[in-house]
Amino acid sequence: MRPLAMGLLVTAMLLLGACGNVEPWVKPYERDRLADPIMAADRDPISSSYLHHVFESREGARGAMGSAGGGCGCN
Amino acid sequence: MAIRAAPRCEWPISRVRHLLLAALALAGSAAAGVLPEDRADLLYHRYDGGGVTIDGPSLLVRKSFLEKFSVSGNFYMDFVSSASIDVVTTASPYEEERTQWSLGADAIRGKTIYSLGFTNSEESDYQSDTAYFGLSQDLFGDLTTVSLGYSRGWDTVRRRAASGGGVDPTFEEDTDRRQYRIGVSQILTKNLIIGATFEAITDEGFLNNPYRSVRYVDSGSGTGYSFEAEIYPRTRTSNAVALSSRYFLPYRAAVRGEYRFFTDTWGIDSHTAEIGYTHPWEPKWIFDVKYRFYTQSSADFYSDLFPRAQAQNFEGRDKELATFTSNTIGFGASYEFPGGWPRFVQKGTLNVRFDYIIFDYKDFRDLRVTGLAPGTEPLYGFNAYVLQLFASIWF
Repeated sequence: MRPLAMGLLVTAMLLLGACGNVEPWVKPYERDRLADPIMAADRDPISSSYLHHVFESREGARGAMGSAGGGCGCN
Repeated sequence: MAIRAAPRCEWPISRVRHLLLAALALAGSAAAGVLPEDRADLLYHRYDGGGVTIDGPSLLVRKSFLEKFSVSGNFYMDFVSSASIDVVTTASPYEEERTQWSLGADAIRGKTIYSLGFTNSEESDYQSDTAYFGLSQDLFGDLTTVSLGYSRGWDTVRRRAASGGGVDPTFEEDTDRRQYRIGVSQILTKNLIIGATFEAITDEGFLNNPYRSVRYVDSGSGTGYSFEAEIYPRTRTSNAVALSSRYFLPYRAAVRGEYRFFTDTWGIDSHTAEIGYTHPWEPKWIFDVKYRFYTQSSADFYSDLFPRAQAQNFEGRDKELATFTSNTIGFGASYEFPGGWPRFVQKGTLNVRFDYIIFDYKDFRDLRVTGLAPGTEPLYGFNAYVLQLFASIWF
């Protein structure tokens, strides 16, 4: 991936930001379960980053595992 | 004559990945639209398996201010004691330590979080610096979060001198690394979140291990084989895509699943699958259990035993490039205690995590078994455990 492609992705993301008027089918007040700590994408970053390091140091594969970010959108 | 091996033997082909992971620990833990919580974590970690013991501390502190910014710092150490199969068959046991620190900052503006991070790692024969930039954006009524990440790494590889304990002044190589990551997280129902992540990584420079050797048939040797230095390509590009999901069960528990496919220009393909279950008990306890499966094919230039010296342009016998599978089971427990002392502490947790890993190699042989014809030694395998003890406070 070249810087140009990265730039296009950023631009596309910013343009998509204008699409914020989509009616959410899961209302903010319906996201209490998703906001529960047991549903966190990465409950303890210090632990998960260490464990990923343990695996990636001993395996040929690398990348893409772990949290992609994103939470419950509860605020 | 055996020469002293250095820790690079234990961290062979994804050396700088931990730097990006450290950056992600700092910058990637934020849900879009919400800055990460103010908290501090102190971890003791220990890996023990295959003759290798690595342990040490890690401290991660994060603090927000002005409701728009959050800064974080991480200090991490590894104390390595190694008598791994590579070391006992081609070199001699060693001890080493690695020190790593990271700084990160996040800023929120509207529904977008911008993240920056920098990580430095130092040890006697290897130095690495990584810079990280990322952003995440909530879309579509905050049901969708898109995140982008880019990191750039600069490594300097050195080699310990064969004698005297210093660094070989005649050897110094550089490695340049770039990593691109895009992820999407989507709320599907009141109970279900799914996600997809794509990550491309390119490496250029000195990618092999200055200490590691390959084995080749040598009828003039008493064992029937000899060793020569391995040679890797100077470029590597990999692509990985992962799908994940988390589901909230009706009785307040959670299940999660994740799958990853990986492929690279060295010919390695791999599949990773992981499932986990989280179960709260009473108000104060959370228990976790998980299972992880991993399998990979070997690199194109990998062989346990080459037919002759300099048989190929590129040669590797790193077991991380071999065909193998691993199975992991893990358990965790967290106990939450109330804050109030000191007064700024809102709450805290005491945590233990334990993972047990079984590695089975399909084309990497155990050279500790002697007296057999080259290439007929038993296949190698080993078990390892990973222990984490940590305390966290929120303030």
